[in-house]
Amino acid sequence: MPHYVLFALIVVAGTGGELCVSRAMQVVGEVPSFHPADIAKVIARALRIPWMWLGVGMMATAFFALLGALSIYNVSFVVPVTALSYVAGAFGGVAFLRERVSPHRWLGVVLVAIGVTLVILGKN
Amino acid sequence: MMPQRPLHLKTYLLIAVMAIAGPLGNVLLGKGMKHIGQLSVWPLPELFHTGMKIFASGSIWLGIASLIAFFVAYMLVLSLADYSFVQPASSLAYGVVALLGYLMLGERVSPLRWAGIAVICLGVFVVGRTNPRTTERV
Repeated sequence: MPHYVLFALIVVAGTGGELCVSRAMQVVGEVPSFHPADIAKVIARALRIPWMWLGVGMMATAFFALLGALSIYNVSFVVPVTALSYVAGAFGGVAFLRERVSPHRWLGVVLVAIGVTLVILGKN
Repeated sequence: MMPQRPLHLKTYLLIAVMAIAGPLGNVLLGKGMKHIGQLSVWPLPELFHTGMKIFASGSIWLGIASLIAFFVAYMLVLSLADYSFVQPASSLAYGVVALLGYLMLGERVSPLRWAGIAVICLGVFVVGRTNPRTTERV
């Protein structure tokens, strides 16, 4: 399997998983308190939402892809490259959750993309 | 808008736990996976064998425990401070992971990679300084 597929899986499955969990949590609503009984109720409600299962499945996929990447590359290379999830998150937020992304936030996203490019170029 | 609240020592302590436990978790996962070596995932018995090796590694379990500690600290700190305060602080993690990789695993980090990591931290900081909510709270 080409190695870049692992990074694509970490970023896309990780971000997709977070977006699915966010969507599920939007349905669940705000957590009333951090009392264990309330947290248990929120978890039980969340587990009845298919988005939650899809999200957890995608996040598990991203975790195993991370382990795969760490078996090949140094952690000081892998983790900074996964910052690309901010780029994927901005696009995913616009397309999937209909969020408005401010120019200020796009500036941050562009900086992250430049930083990741430098990390890849400095791969020795 | 949330009323201005003083940030307590507990908040800073939890942010410090976040900034260390997250990167430490990743470094420990890296250590465990490097120790295991080349992964083979096919045919299926090989995948099972690889899975067994991964979950028999103490470093992997310590890494997972560290990432859980990070997640718990993250959840707790979000109940004490605003997301727009917490998120920029978490940008430090990219620098800490490279530093721990260098110190604990002896990884060689080129100057260009350090520069890239610094730009990523700046980018994540800028993203975090923007309003995390684009819709009005009701």
